[in-house]
Amino acid sequence: MAIVPNPHKTTGFLGWIDDRFPLTKLWKDHLSEYYAPKNFNFWYYFGSLALLVMVNQLITGIWLAMHYKPDAKLAFDSVEYIMRDVPWGAILRYMHSTGASAFFLVVYLHMFRGLIYGSHKKPRELIWIFGCLIYLVLMAEGFAGYVLPWGQMSYWGANVIFNLFGTIPVIGPDLVIWIQGDYIPSDATLSRLFSLHVVFLPFALVGLVVAHLIALHEVGSNNPDGVEIKKFKDPVTHVPLDGIGFHPYYTVKDIVGVTVFLIFFVAVICFAPDGGGYLLEKPNFQEANPLVTPEHIAPAWYFGAYYAMLRATPSMFSSALPGVIVMFGAVLMLFFLPWLDKNPIKSIRYKGMLTKVATMVFAADFVMLNYLGLQPPTGLGTALSQIGTIYYFAFFFGLTVFHKFEKSKPVPERVTS
Amino acid sequence: MSTQSVASATGPGVDPGRRRFLTLATTGVGAVGAGFVAWPFLASLKPSERAKALGAPVIQDISLLEAGQKLNVAWRGKPVWIVKRTPEMLATLTKVKGELADPENEQPQQPDYIKGDARAIKPEILVMIGSCTHLGCSPTFRPDHPAPEIAADWQGGFYCPCHGSKFDLSGRVYKNVPAPINLKVPPYRFANDTTIVIGEDPVAA
Repeated sequence: MAIVPNPHKTTGFLGWIDDRFPLTKLWKDHLSEYYAPKNFNFWYYFGSLALLVMVNQLITGIWLAMHYKPDAKLAFDSVEYIMRDVPWGAILRYMHSTGASAFFLVVYLHMFRGLIYGSHKKPRELIWIFGCLIYLVLMAEGFAGYVLPWGQMSYWGANVIFNLFGTIPVIGPDLVIWIQGDYIPSDATLSRLFSLHVVFLPFALVGLVVAHLIALHEVGSNNPDGVEIKKFKDPVTHVPLDGIGFHPYYTVKDIVGVTVFLIFFVAVICFAPDGGGYLLEKPNFQEANPLVTPEHIAPAWYFGAYYAMLRATPSMFSSALPGVIVMFGAVLMLFFLPWLDKNPIKSIRYKGMLTKVATMVFAADFVMLNYLGLQPPTGLGTALSQIGTIYYFAFFFGLTVFHKFEKSKPVPERVTS
Repeated sequence: MSTQSVASATGPGVDPGRRRFLTLATTGVGAVGAGFVAWPFLASLKPSERAKALGAPVIQDISLLEAGQKLNVAWRGKPVWIVKRTPEMLATLTKVKGELADPENEQPQQPDYIKGDARAIKPEILVMIGSCTHLGCSPTFRPDHPAPEIAADWQGGFYCPCHGSKFDLSGRVYKNVPAPINLKVPPYRFANDTTIVIGEDPVAA
């Protein structure tokens, strides 16, 4: 495709730029003339909120890196230095730590939106795949950042995660040493996690977010009715009849979402920065000690579900590998969703009762697993985790057949309300 | 501009076979070069010479260790436990055998001079790496019993707080817990009655 310089024929200073760089074209293609369905609801706030939180993480992260020392001997003290001596340092750190939790919260809600309205379905499979990759990078980023304060939870959390790789047959133990750069998590480990946390992973994250948005703007946004607005266009302007320009209509709407979000976000930062031990874990206020494991070790809340699955799976053949496979399998399942979901209807509004109930139970199941993953292991908790794990996987496979056993409603031609 | 790619362009004096060969050969050599360049990046992640040098044996005096007590020693950065077991503790070892996954030490989790229920050179002195065989947490020493929060008929042993794995007082793993195999016994020897060298095998008699 040939590139036409300045397709919008601007003049003056803007024209000078547009002759050399597609400024007006980018603005129109992605904002003022990116036509989004007019029926976006509450669930459509979380994409733009995720972007906002990412910017918060990048900016506060740059500032924290100015004061933090990635050295096993100095890291813990440097975090305390940020908290006590750096002017406004505590606020910067709380913005970053609360931002991490907020990132996962809005991303989980964003993913749930995709699931219920069929945003993963044709032709948006790649948007979903890029989203899954973003989620993976986010998990790696969250893990690496969690280790950096080098407290007890950082250390033992890292130890458990690295030992997951040790369960791989034959190469496992050597792989763990290679990843850690030492026989135990140590200074070498901390330094490389710092490097990944501040350089590689943020680069990958921003790149994937750009790919996610390019793919989205190529095919256009889905909507709560799950119908394609491009089917009905104005014959003269070719603008979708049910579409409105992202700017100003949705930029204004999103500002409302941002305002409400920031009220809660700032409230947490100011009044409950450790979130009762869920946002900043209590054992992490003690420096890492390789000889003593904390009484109760739990992952960050946003990994609870996977941790519950890991614990719920018994060892087989003298190997802990099955639990690790189940845990990573749970994340990998997400990638296959566009092809497992065989229902021809996109939006849950028009699907039958079976899919509706199964989807709500799935959401409740994920919340339950998250909760159980944070609790000390008990007999009842393990049994519930096992049921929850089986349901988690069964749901994905159920999506291939649910629609055959239920009565769907007719899907409208155009968006409603 | 032609939309035809350079590789498939034809015209007078163009030999497509020769061009394809040169393209493939260049790509091949480039791939080998990329492989060589990748090596320093991957190899630099291995433990440094300094990290490797920190694996020396550790000498520990146990003359002050009382019966029933546990001592933690760091060896290669890992916690090593030294427990002086009481006769009651040793008596539990045969009692729990039926509930263990590997009561006869069939998995190679100990040097070959460590045998039997006690898994020790001297039955009363247990030396063990305190790192769970599940995912590397350090289990807690729970000689107290009964302890219904761990198990109804708990006889004393080690309990991993991370994922709930249970071990007897010789570090043998119970059945149906996340940890797959027994805790590891490091190589060690007695330099004299009250001094243990961790990291060295006994001198052959």
